[in-house]
Amino acid sequence: MLEKDTEKSRTFTRRALLVGAGQAALLGVLGVRLAYLQVAEGQKYKTLSDKNRINLKILAPSRGQIVDRFGVPLAVNQQDFRVLLTPEQAGDVPAVLKILRRMITLSDRQIEAAIEKAGKVPAFVPVEVRDNLSWTDVARLEVHMTDLPGISIDVGERRIYPFADAAAHLAGYVGAVSKTDLAEDDPVLRLPAFKIGKSGIEKLYDKDLRGTAGAAQIEVNVRGREVRELTRQPGRQGARVMLTIDADLQRRVQERLAAVKSASAVIMDVKTGAVYALCSSPSFDPNLFTSGLSAEKWEELLSDPAYPLNNKAISGQYPPGSTFKMITALATLEDGTANKYTTVHCPGYFLYGGDKFRCWKYSGHGHMNLEEALRESCDTYFYKLSSEIGIEKIADMARRFGLGHKTGFELKEENSGLMPDKAWKMGYFGQPWRGGETIVASIGQGYILATPLQLAVMTARLVNGGRAVRPWVTGYVGDIPMHQNDWPSMNISNEHLGLVLKGMNSVVNHPKGTAYDSRFQSGEMTFGGKTGTSQVRRITTEQRLQGVRNEDLPWKYRDHALFVGYAPADAPRYACAIVVEHGGGGSSAAAPIARDLLAMTMQRHPAARVMRPDKPARDGGPVIPPRKPGKPEKNNEEDGS
Amino acid sequence: MSLDSLRLHTADLSLKSKLQRLNLGLLALVFAIACVGFTALYSAANGSFEPWAYRQIVRFVVCLGLAVGIALIDIRWWYRLAWPAYAAGMLLLIAVEVMGHIGMGAQRWINLGIIQLQPSELMKIALIMVLARAFHAAAPEDVKRLSFLAVPVCVIAAPVCLVLLQPDLGTSLMMVMAGGAMFLLGGVSLWIFGAVGAAGLLSLPVIWHFLHDYQKQRVLTFLDPSSDPLGAGYHITQSKIALGSGGLEGKGFMQGTQSHLNFLPEKQTDFIFTLWAEEFGLFGGLFLLLLFAMVFGYGLWIAFRCRHAFGRFLTMGLSVNFSLYVFINIGMVMGLIPVVGAPLPLVSYGGTAMLAACVGFGLMMSAHIHRDAKLPKM
Repeated sequence: MLEKDTEKSRTFTRRALLVGAGQAALLGVLGVRLAYLQVAEGQKYKTLSDKNRINLKILAPSRGQIVDRFGVPLAVNQQDFRVLLTPEQAGDVPAVLKILRRMITLSDRQIEAAIEKAGKVPAFVPVEVRDNLSWTDVARLEVHMTDLPGISIDVGERRIYPFADAAAHLAGYVGAVSKTDLAEDDPVLRLPAFKIGKSGIEKLYDKDLRGTAGAAQIEVNVRGREVRELTRQPGRQGARVMLTIDADLQRRVQERLAAVKSASAVIMDVKTGAVYALCSSPSFDPNLFTSGLSAEKWEELLSDPAYPLNNKAISGQYPPGSTFKMITALATLEDGTANKYTTVHCPGYFLYGGDKFRCWKYSGHGHMNLEEALRESCDTYFYKLSSEIGIEKIADMARRFGLGHKTGFELKEENSGLMPDKAWKMGYFGQPWRGGETIVASIGQGYILATPLQLAVMTARLVNGGRAVRPWVTGYVGDIPMHQNDWPSMNISNEHLGLVLKGMNSVVNHPKGTAYDSRFQSGEMTFGGKTGTSQVRRITTEQRLQGVRNEDLPWKYRDHALFVGYAPADAPRYACAIVVEHGGGGSSAAAPIARDLLAMTMQRHPAARVMRPDKPARDGGPVIPPRKPGKPEKNNEEDGS
Repeated sequence: MSLDSLRLHTADLSLKSKLQRLNLGLLALVFAIACVGFTALYSAANGSFEPWAYRQIVRFVVCLGLAVGIALIDIRWWYRLAWPAYAAGMLLLIAVEVMGHIGMGAQRWINLGIIQLQPSELMKIALIMVLARAFHAAAPEDVKRLSFLAVPVCVIAAPVCLVLLQPDLGTSLMMVMAGGAMFLLGGVSLWIFGAVGAAGLLSLPVIWHFLHDYQKQRVLTFLDPSSDPLGAGYHITQSKIALGSGGLEGKGFMQGTQSHLNFLPEKQTDFIFTLWAEEFGLFGGLFLLLLFAMVFGYGLWIAFRCRHAFGRFLTMGLSVNFSLYVFINIGMVMGLIPVVGAPLPLVSYGGTAMLAACVGFGLMMSAHIHRDAKLPKM
């Protein structure tokens, strides 16, 4: 046993030495090869390396435009001139920057950043000193180029948003490539100063807008300086994205919303689902993001209580208030519990389970039928109806009309809202549903939440003959249509829809309607709709007795004002939804704005004109033009130095 | 037997004495090699810890901790775990194969968050453990019998076939070579190696027939780099220019023009040795080769001091496995062998190679710490 072990161990030792010798020999081969390459043939390779070589350079593709339905640009590119500094050629970097500073404006921070960057990179790599040069700056630098060793001018592209804050949430903005973006394997992402979509349409269709990188073979010398371009394989320009938006309407809506502190609105086509305007106010200027946002401005945007960065039209969630009453009405009608003759007496309150549920009108509305109840927004009528059919049927009808789930709109910022039912409450609170909660829900209060977009979709479905239309905003990407316009019927009785429509018509056009004051005075145009006021904080009976009114509360506790509407009243084509955050009553704060928006819409009548798809040169489109500004004709811009 | 009972039982080793037996020299060598990598990655990013050097440092710290953990675990556990590890490795290989067929694409790896793990890398280590265990139990006359060799041959053949299916010719060849080295160490007669080698040479035309087009292209390019100056041959030509122009002393830290002007492809992964030798010259290159030589020397030293056959075979097997990477990578960038996508362990940017190397060193150190352990014969 022992002998065998020794024999085995001896064999192992011999063989292990053999293996070790093999390893040593192979390493020796590597060492000799290295010495051969670096010493014996070193001179040859040094010459090869010093000779001008071909370098492959990636050319950034031109980013696709974002345009409205008529081709009006919402996001375009502008030539952007940048000053670069190559440390090796500059020699004394601070000194060169000092001379440069006499010709163009440079902040202390830009100077410091350039010096710091120049110290970090290999000396032959150019660093950016400043971008966004004006034409005069460029001309002046070109003239003084001989006094500025190591300075060069580079041309790139900058994203411009001509509509500035009017379409900021929709178009979004571009920003520098972040570390997480780099997970994607596209060589253009590694280009310095390359920008990609960070929000809105810019982010959603980033890959289409981005295009494909081109490549150029550049002859460079050992310093990395470009000698000449050998071949150029142009990339493919990004696709043009055409939105269904009417940019002019969008801008006017945004301006109208600016009259109040915080609001959002949606205008859409009730037949096709195309969104014509989607506004959230206050807004921000996306051009600030591409030209460099100051820390103070950023802080200001973040701390604004009206959340200018949020797209409230799709992400803001509000109790729909009385705009929900059409759902309660339809649920009861479709169930057969009520019909057009059903009347309810409103004494100003409704008794249920020992509790008293108040109508907004303390003195009561008296006898009400459905049309009158919608017209005058009588709460008691809907309390009574809902107490008879229960929450499940109401919730079911609400979901059929697009509430409680995402509408499937393209932008990812969309929120789903909330349509409570028994299962939801059990799951969320672990408590059974109470009858009183149905009463509260019947007038769109309590747990119910909806986004302005959902309310617009609900209205569109009510007035288009009960078709399950969905909202969309992308018409074409390149020349590819993104949506179909056929929407299935929801199988709701036309008679019932007609009843509800009649009620919504009277809201505006009947002297007793809650929005009668906001009707079109001229009579040429008509619209219908429904007001809504949703409570943010209850005013207690005690406070009410003391005479506290909504306007007396701090801004953030005031009621939201809502209005959902459609026009023209006789043959609805446009639906709109508007929410004025903490604006007070729906009829006083929201209805007048809705009237103006619908008037603008009918005046523009965007549905009358179809979108024309883009027919771009799909291949070989312009990449960044290798154009440099010409020298100025006269050389009279001598500096005072 | 009586001698055995006199031996110190390593199971009784306290944590303190285990830590005292830890190979600080080996750890220092590994650290030095990794530092070469950090320096090169910092330079490859034009003087920035982002995006490579920083993440590489984090990975190294994690992997080194893992290696020490592995080293402190009793070698008898690793002995017992040889077959389970092999079985687990096979299951993972089959899993990636099946996933590839189900439609997740030809994946060779599993994503573990900070690193992407290639099961074939772990399989190599498990294979060495199993073979070490087999030869540990074998008597000298066993290895002379062809019938005894049947089991180890099958043990190698199974994963090799699975890896070939992926298809990953380079890795399967490395498995065959590492396995062959274990046979050599085990005392298998040299004439058998001669016979297998001859058979291999004769079957080359057949193998050629089964190679994928890109693999054929690589071999052809290797034989005549100028035939494809802008394809794979371009990489090798550029790599040689970069290396050669470095000369004796190199161009200096971060001044490697060929690497920084992007003539050099994959400078942070497969071609990192080129970047290093361009900037630090022959001195830098030989310094790195010397560090590797010292690691191999350490392998021999540990193997000789180990009192059980399992530890000896394990250590030498892992050392051979590690050196194969070094030879293949550096040989490739210097134009000695065809282009294969193999990283330089501990230096190249990447998690899998780092993890595999550190697991290997952990096992070697475990063999060293528990060099006096008593292991069963079966």
